[in-house]
Amino acid sequence: MPIRYPPIPSSEITEQNLYLQRRKFIRNSALGISSAMLPEIGTAARLHAAYSRYSTTEVATGYKEVTSYNNYYEFGTDKSDPADYAPSLKTRPWTISISGEVNRPRVWDIDALINTFPLEERIYRMRCVEGWSMVIPWLGFPLASLIHQAEPTGKAKYVEFTTLYDPAQMPGQRRAVLDWPYVEGLRMDEAMHSLTLLAVGLYGETLPNQNGAPVRLVVPWKYGFKSAKAIVRIRFTDQQPLTAWARSVPSEYGFYSNVNPAVDHPRWSQAKERRIGEFFKRNTLPFNGYAEQVAGLYRGMDLRKYF
Amino acid sequence: MALNDPVTRLKILVFLLAGFPLAWLVVLAINSQLGANPVEFITHFTGTWTLVGLMLTLTVTPLRQLTGYAHLLRIRRMLGLFTFFYASLHFITYIWLDQFFDLHAIIKDVYKRPFITVGFIAYLLLIPLAVTSSNAMIRRLSAKRWQSLHRLVYVIAILGVIHYWWLVKKDIRQPLIYAGILTILLGWRVIRRQRAFYKSR
Repeated sequence: MPIRYPPIPSSEITEQNLYLQRRKFIRNSALGISSAMLPEIGTAARLHAAYSRYSTTEVATGYKEVTSYNNYYEFGTDKSDPADYAPSLKTRPWTISISGEVNRPRVWDIDALINTFPLEERIYRMRCVEGWSMVIPWLGFPLASLIHQAEPTGKAKYVEFTTLYDPAQMPGQRRAVLDWPYVEGLRMDEAMHSLTLLAVGLYGETLPNQNGAPVRLVVPWKYGFKSAKAIVRIRFTDQQPLTAWARSVPSEYGFYSNVNPAVDHPRWSQAKERRIGEFFKRNTLPFNGYAEQVAGLYRGMDLRKYF
Repeated sequence: MALNDPVTRLKILVFLLAGFPLAWLVVLAINSQLGANPVEFITHFTGTWTLVGLMLTLTVTPLRQLTGYAHLLRIRRMLGLFTFFYASLHFITYIWLDQFFDLHAIIKDVYKRPFITVGFIAYLLLIPLAVTSSNAMIRRLSAKRWQSLHRLVYVIAILGVIHYWWLVKKDIRQPLIYAGILTILLGWRVIRRQRAFYKSR
């Protein structure tokens, strides 16, 4: 599906659940109780962001669904665990170290990072490897901006992302469900791609903790688990990183993990997906609908082998 | 079937308890409490209660042997049928809500995915047990043949636990609990039989 240029920001887009109740909304507005129907927004600070031509015009998944149905094993394996246990995570002070094959390694303070790079709003499709999907209005900046700043050396072939390891704050890490800390990785050209985002917010505000605060990766053409949350380290390497799920179950999860309806997960089909909020399943698109932008990265590669 | 008969009371109590999960599900659905992914919620809910039903049905005989309360046997059929009922809801949820009668996708799923294959076989095996649950059918089959047929429930329970185990992505704590309970329930039977065998020699 080609990316269209939305004339309006997501803050102006009516949430799906409100849209579906628009008659009730109008009726209630007339009664002066419309504020009771507004989506519940937490205490997060508002962020200012420019609109992006990379945003989809599809209806965004409701704020409540985006923030209450999460896979974030650091807080537990149930979808509701992150919303239950992540809010107490301390996201300040927070630093992200840039290391490895770069000329300018440094330790970024999270607020310096947010203030240095201009934020954009990117409304992206998100497809989970489990067969469900959402449309999420992220706020962030292209990872490429940060990479340029770090000046990778000629030996930098891959980028490795590491999530915070802190069992005291992350109860899910007290059990060896995965080999903690969570590690993800991208090939250099994937990391430099203009769609690849470092997100610090969603729905116009700072990221809720359950969505990966204070900073997370968003790679919209890959399954959701590739997008590491609560990042503390970004390391440039000449070796392909051993990523958390691929290390844990190599027969089921590969390094690339591009959304691909033609290559099934060994235990379930990837041909279709259920968009959260919709009843009927829809067909999953190659590269999650971003084939036009990213298919070229994988030209000549056997995507069955490099799943 | 007088209400003051303790067995009748027990049966009514078990009937109400066994129907409670469905009532609970309906209340949650009416109040839009099924979460962001209602189809997944209903699938997991009905699947969980099928497994619980299987475990409870298999608990009746050991419990009767331990307590000597023979009337317990009279709630076993009801528990078994409720298990079949929740299994059917689980099956219908998959066929209807999840796949929306996409026969091609369903056949592919059953054929290609071990956890669905196993679940599907377990459900198919439950059908003859449900069909032959009436007194008339027990008489028609003869008690002996009926009993051998209904030993299938051991296989079904094992398949049910495997179905759950293979579905889980990484965190196998819950399937492990069911596997543990089932091991105790089936182990009890094996040990009793062995003891009876050695005594008879």
